[in-house]
Amino acid sequence: MEPLTFFLLVFGAAATAGALGALLGLGGGIIIVPVLSLLFGVNFHYAIGASIVSVIATSSGAAATYVRDRITNLRLGMFLEMATTTGAVVGALVAGYLPGRVLSVIFGLVLLHSAWSLFRSRHEDIPAGVEGSPLATRLCLHGAYVDPALGRLVRYRITRVPQGFGLMWLAGLISGLLGIGSGVFKVIAMDLLMRAPIKVSTTTSNFMIGVTAAASAGIYFSRGDISPFIAAPVALGILTGTILGTHLLLRLRGAAIRKVFLAVLMVTALQMIWEGFRGSIR
Amino acid sequence: MRTDQNHGDPIAPMTRMELAISVVLRWGVLVSGAVILIGILAFALTHRTGYAQVPPHDLRDLLAYHQNRGPGYFPTAVHEVAAGALAGKPYAIVAFGIILLIATPVVRVAMSVLFFLSQRDWLYVAITMFVLAVLLASLFTGVG
Repeated sequence: MEPLTFFLLVFGAAATAGALGALLGLGGGIIIVPVLSLLFGVNFHYAIGASIVSVIATSSGAAATYVRDRITNLRLGMFLEMATTTGAVVGALVAGYLPGRVLSVIFGLVLLHSAWSLFRSRHEDIPAGVEGSPLATRLCLHGAYVDPALGRLVRYRITRVPQGFGLMWLAGLISGLLGIGSGVFKVIAMDLLMRAPIKVSTTTSNFMIGVTAAASAGIYFSRGDISPFIAAPVALGILTGTILGTHLLLRLRGAAIRKVFLAVLMVTALQMIWEGFRGSIR
Repeated sequence: MRTDQNHGDPIAPMTRMELAISVVLRWGVLVSGAVILIGILAFALTHRTGYAQVPPHDLRDLLAYHQNRGPGYFPTAVHEVAAGALAGKPYAIVAFGIILLIATPVVRVAMSVLFFLSQRDWLYVAITMFVLAVLLASLFTGVG
C-alpha cells in the first residue's frame, strides 16, 4: 500500500469515528484502535496514542458547536470534571496493582446492565416527570435548550447528583486504568442516573472527554507514542467528521440517538468482556 | 450573586462565558488542524521528515514502533518540537499542531476559571480551579 492510500483510508475511518463520536459523546477510540491495529497493522502503542488524539479532537471539534448552540450543560460538565479527572489520576496510579482483566469484565457486565435500562427507555426523546434534587438546584445544574428536531424549548431538571458523581469518578478511573469506554460511562451517568435529556448527556460528555484525555496525553506524547505520520490523518479526519456529527445531532430525535447509542454500548460492553478474557488489557 | 442571568435560558443570547469557550475551542481546532495539515503536506511534498530518514515510501517501516524513538524519528519534547517547527522540519510542525490540539481543552478550563472569577461565582471558581489543578498536575508529573 502506498503511504498516500494509507493516509486517505485512515482519514476516512477517522471522519466516520468523528461523526459517530460527536453524535454520541464518545471519543472514537472504539473505531480508531481496531482500524489502525487490526486493519493496517499499526503498532499497538501508536494506535493508543492516535486514539488519545482522536478523543481530544472529537471533544474540541464537537463542543465548539454544541457550546455555541447552547446544548451543552457547562456547569454540569465542569462539576463532573472534578470526578473524572481525579478518577483518571487514581486509575493511572493504581493501574499496576489492580487486576485490569477482571475489572474489564466487571465493567463490561455493568455496561450490559445499563444497556438493558437503556433498551427499556429507547423510545424516549426527553425524560418525563423528573423532580430535580435540591443539591442540583444548589449547584445550578438544571437547564434548558432548544431542540430543532422537536421544534421546541426543552426544560429539564437534574437529579441523583451524588450517584452521578460517583459513576463519573468510576468513568475516570476506568479511562485511567483501561484507556477505553470513558465516554460511554459518562453518557450513562448523565442519562440513566442524573436524568438529563440524551442530547444534553452526549454533548456534555463530548465537552468533558477532552479534559480527561488531555490529562494523560502528555505522557503518551513524551513517551513517543504519538507518531506524526499516524496521528495527522486521524486528527484531520476526526475534525472533519465532527462537522457531520454535530449536524446529525441537531436533526435527529432523542429516541433515534438513544438507539444508535444502545448499539455502540453493546459493542463496547462485549469488547471489554472479550478483552478481559483474552488478556490484552495493559 | 451570579450575573450570567442567561444561564438556562436558550432564548437569550450566549453568555460571555459560552461565547469565550466556543471561540477558544473553535480557534484551537482550526489552528491546530491547519498546522497539522501544513506539516503533513510538507512531508508529502519534500519526502523529508526533518529527522532520521525513514524511507518515506516504506509503509511498513512508517507504521512500526521504533524502540529508538525520541530525537531519532520525531520530536517528543516540547522544546524539540518548538525548535524543529521553527526550523521548518515537517514532523516537528505536525507535532506542534498536536501539542496545540492537546492544549485546547486545558486553555478552555483556564478560561472558565477566569470567567467564574469575573462573575464572583465562588462555588464554580473553586470547582474549575480544582479541575485545572488536577489537569496541570497530571500533565506535568506525567501521571494519568
